[in-house]
Amino acid sequence: MILKVDDIHVYYGQIHAIKGVSFEVREGEIVSLIGANGAGKSTVLKTISGLMHPRSGSISFLGDPIAHTEAYKLVNRGLAQVPEGRRIFLQMTVRENLDMGAYTQKEVSDADIEDVFRRFPRLKEREKQIAGTLSGGEQQMLAMGRAMMSHPKLLMLDEPSMGLAPILVEQIFDIIREFHAAGTTILLVEQNAGKALAVADRAYVLEQGRITLSGTGADLAASDAVKKAYLGG
Amino acid sequence: MMDLIANLISGLSLGSIYALIALGYTMVYGIAKMLNFAHGDIIMVGAFAVITTVSMLGFPPALAIAASVVCCVVLGVCVERIAYKPLRKSPPLAVLITAIGVSYFLQSLALLIFGSTQHSFPKVFSVPTLALGALTIRGDMLVTLAVTTAIMVGMSLFIAKSRTGKAMRAVSEDRDAAELMGISVNRTITITFAIGSALAAVAGVFYGTTYGFIGPYTGSMPGIKAFVAAVFGGIGSMPGAMLGGILLGVIENLAKRYISTELSDAIVFAVLIIVLMVKPTGLLGKRVTEKV
Repeated sequence: MILKVDDIHVYYGQIHAIKGVSFEVREGEIVSLIGANGAGKSTVLKTISGLMHPRSGSISFLGDPIAHTEAYKLVNRGLAQVPEGRRIFLQMTVRENLDMGAYTQKEVSDADIEDVFRRFPRLKEREKQIAGTLSGGEQQMLAMGRAMMSHPKLLMLDEPSMGLAPILVEQIFDIIREFHAAGTTILLVEQNAGKALAVADRAYVLEQGRITLSGTGADLAASDAVKKAYLGG
Repeated sequence: MMDLIANLISGLSLGSIYALIALGYTMVYGIAKMLNFAHGDIIMVGAFAVITTVSMLGFPPALAIAASVVCCVVLGVCVERIAYKPLRKSPPLAVLITAIGVSYFLQSLALLIFGSTQHSFPKVFSVPTLALGALTIRGDMLVTLAVTTAIMVGMSLFIAKSRTGKAMRAVSEDRDAAELMGISVNRTITITFAIGSALAAVAGVFYGTTYGFIGPYTGSMPGIKAFVAAVFGGIGSMPGAMLGGILLGVIENLAKRYISTELSDAIVFAVLIIVLMVKPTGLLGKRVTEKV
């Protein structure tokens, strides 16, 4: 078991955002968390990565309790998150962003940089460019490449397809499959339920802070409730 | 003409002291997102550390300067830990008021220990006045210029190239994203306060050498001017702080010499107001546009 989330309750001040969510991610899986805007998907990811902490409940990562561990301490243990909205460092160059991704490594390995550039040739062309000048799709690629620099065991992606043209969305999902094929376990949060279910081994539906459905990606994609609410009929 | 050159050089020298202080202001603002109004008083503490170690403990100048730097770094880090860190998630106004409180605390503490009289600052280095024909330049000003320039170049390289420097830029731009890279935001803020305080200690040595006297309130005016310099150059921008500091020193010196000594500070602030009306982000301040 790589990740186990057990009955977590998360608050923003007085607002009870996550109301007892439990799920798990096993080694080698792609698990998708789908749900409408405001269902609490990003909050769940932030709570796992340590940017937020649950008021109650527990989270274990590779067997260790991490519910109250600070975010920066988890990167070294193999947890990486591509946050919603990419959050690349806009005033730093493409290369410096990748260097930051490797912050927990002893040194930035050329092989890792080459690996990112091989997957994303556009980034190589723009290596010395300030990241703020990249297009939305390039920024998403940089955010994903940056996250891979820390050699994560579990990569969490928060809405990687948000705001991208359909052709880029295809490309992003291809890359997710590539990362997975290379041995990375993936937890994916998406509003694009069709794509997220198609790529997933298993999936969970989050509604108003609670998990309402779970199953294999194919089962959920075939279920009437999911079809009606998330796949447009 | 010679007079103008001499005044330009002493302006540059004064400005480079402001620049050192402004660097500390702008770095702390950029990374901790707060205005540390106690920053100026660190200069005063640094200068008193030199006075105490030289005149009471008989330290040689180099050792006294080192002791002053250590003293300021420890003080800066303690102030951050005790006064500012507990307020990390508080509204900015609470932090600002706390910083003003720390400033008064340091001034009162110095008043209690050293009294209200001005203490003369020991000569920590003596360089003969340089005479080039009709042009005479005070040696200590040249040393000030040379050392501050070296420090500024060193700091720029550190921020641009080193792992810690890049981490500081990352934290300054996006705290949560930096944390997700494995960077400890708290540790980065501590390092920033340590560096800012060390720069203030060095500035204190040059300020003391230039003016010759130090009192409990000595830090407040250069502190405010350095803050002005940082805003002038674009708060959060390191090249901006250096440029702002140097320009401020030059403008102040030229205004003193050619317009009016009494009005020089008013002129400095008037220039700031005009610059901010034309360019609200300061000379080198950037407004970052985000792509979605």
